[in-house]
Amino acid sequence: MKIHEYQAKEIFRRFGVPTPRGEMVTSAEDARKVAQKLGTPVVVVKAQIHAGGRGKGGGVKLARSAEEAAQLASKILGMNLVTPQTGPGGRIVRRLLIEEGLDIKRELYLSVLVDRAVEAPVIMASAAGGMEIEEVARENPAAILRERIHPAVGLQPYVARKLAFGLGLTAEQAQHAVPFLQSLYRAFIETDASLAEINPLVVTGDGRLIALDAKMNFDDNALYRHKDLLELRDLDEEDPLEVEASNYKLNYIKLDGNVGCMVNGAGLAMATMDIIKLAGGSPANFLDVGGGASAEQVKNAFKILTSDKSVRSVFINIFGGILRCDVLATGVVAAARELQLKLPVIVRMEGTNVEQGRQILRDSKLNFTIGENMKDGAEKAVRLAGGAR
Amino acid sequence: MSVLVNEQTRVIVQGLTGREGSFHASQMIAYGTNVVAGVTPGKGGTLHNEVPVFNTVSEAARQTSANASAIFVPPPFAADAILESIDAGLPLVVCITEGVPTLDMVRVAAALRGSQTRLIGPNCPGIISPGKCKIGIMPGQIHRQGHVGVVSRSGTLTYEAVGQLTHLGIGQSTCIGIGGDPIIGTSFLDSIKLFNDDPDTHAIIMIGEIGGNAEQQAAEYIRAHVRKPVVGFVAGQTAPPGRRMGHAGAIISGGTGTAKEKYEVMAAAGIRTVQSPADIGQTLAAAIGKSVAR
Repeated sequence: MKIHEYQAKEIFRRFGVPTPRGEMVTSAEDARKVAQKLGTPVVVVKAQIHAGGRGKGGGVKLARSAEEAAQLASKILGMNLVTPQTGPGGRIVRRLLIEEGLDIKRELYLSVLVDRAVEAPVIMASAAGGMEIEEVARENPAAILRERIHPAVGLQPYVARKLAFGLGLTAEQAQHAVPFLQSLYRAFIETDASLAEINPLVVTGDGRLIALDAKMNFDDNALYRHKDLLELRDLDEEDPLEVEASNYKLNYIKLDGNVGCMVNGAGLAMATMDIIKLAGGSPANFLDVGGGASAEQVKNAFKILTSDKSVRSVFINIFGGILRCDVLATGVVAAARELQLKLPVIVRMEGTNVEQGRQILRDSKLNFTIGENMKDGAEKAVRLAGGAR
Repeated sequence: MSVLVNEQTRVIVQGLTGREGSFHASQMIAYGTNVVAGVTPGKGGTLHNEVPVFNTVSEAARQTSANASAIFVPPPFAADAILESIDAGLPLVVCITEGVPTLDMVRVAAALRGSQTRLIGPNCPGIISPGKCKIGIMPGQIHRQGHVGVVSRSGTLTYEAVGQLTHLGIGQSTCIGIGGDPIIGTSFLDSIKLFNDDPDTHAIIMIGEIGGNAEQQAAEYIRAHVRKPVVGFVAGQTAPPGRRMGHAGAIISGGTGTAKEKYEVMAAAGIRTVQSPADIGQTLAAAIGKSVAR
């Protein structure tokens, strides 16, 4: 799960990670009030969307007065912000963070994440603050400092000092770095984060370390033990169909093709998208109805797929193992009847009781096409969606 | 022969009395697996479907000489269940549970190092040596005893590949579902080494997906050490970057872990790569020189 910068900073503050003073606002008037209250010669107006590169898209501006802050706020609020990470569609800006301007001496990069290769949390740091870490990794991998943290030992002061001196901080700044890093690590662990990134981390003129930016992502599998974090979810930042699918506990990701896919199992669902592409078509979505693919889930899946107006055909690809094909077919027929489905539906089933399953589809007299195998099913689905594109 | 599980495997089911555990344990027994004990804290001393239930794994292992465990407990309790089996010294633990928090698995991974336990999973279909032993949730009847080792991050996509093989009359020595999470016990590399060392495994199918670099690591080993034919597929050629495709570990992050990059390393290692999931069985058949009627 992703959250906004201002929310990540609230979590940072709770764990003692220093951030600039500031507040989230949703109107120009409030932007003016917060700017006045902050009282610094410069305030920063920052668009809050779940994507990086906001500055490049014109979503981060400096204001030299409360009046200017209000003017900038009214411009940025409601704008469609396009950044390298949003894609060409961009995102509507609905919230702003108004923050004090700081006297910045240096910009650094710092993050905590779980590195799957070493099966442990890793702290990454670089002196190239403000640059995307992937870019640094490509161009100058030696410039990235990495420290693996043993989960049972935790982040010890020497690790923080090693990183601080590695970044070229002074002895006094390095002293600040120890509590800073320990607080950040604690915020990461105690919220079950998958990423806590500060880019840039700044050193101010008076030698303080401050998280000028903040990004946190959380492990979806651990959200059950963090009910408070669930409240930070911003549905405006998600695709409406994906939000609806998540209410049904369906694993759905919207794509831009026209062949709707309904598959049991994530790996097979990805492979199904791939084979549609190989057949000359384009998948409209990723959708895993779960290994069980119950009748109820099949119905919910149909609802989602038919709400996507670009879908021209639906390809159901199910490998029935424990789940019997006759049970699945009965569910598909019932759902298609109930929803009065008009779209061509191509069903490819394999596994237990496949012949009975196919017979149930034929007997229904509904608009079903049988795919003899995965390839045949994909080709028919592409053809019925209007052919190769 | 086969790898990791066979007729001698004696299995404890952790979570035996739960809905999933109960159902799949009876399927495993029906397949011929020696399910010797169940563990449900508080229900020790009872019988569940004629299987004796114990309060702890160590007690179950001591009383029944079990040498493997299958875990069917809900995600919040899964890491604890794995750690309990590691502590009991079981050589093989198979965790089926999907949805285990990553930081829980970080702790499990630390506990596994230096232990005598091999973990398979979590978030996996399990492991089967056809005709001998099945630990997991895969449909037993689609398998056939033979000489192809299958290793995969996915569930149903593995069944798909196995189904294709069986349909072509090609049997399997052992099929290992290693799981779709970012942190798992047994890797592609571990599985490939086992298959390479098993004289009864003559060819290998490796089914990867986007995210991480486990496929590349295995490919490096294959290039240097494996002379048996290997067929490789990677799911997610059309997956958008930055999105988690169902499996917690299936994500292209920072432009790395793409299907393209994996295919390139695999092909360079001499693996016979297939672009279409429908061609996995045929390609393996061709690789072992088996003539296939179309």
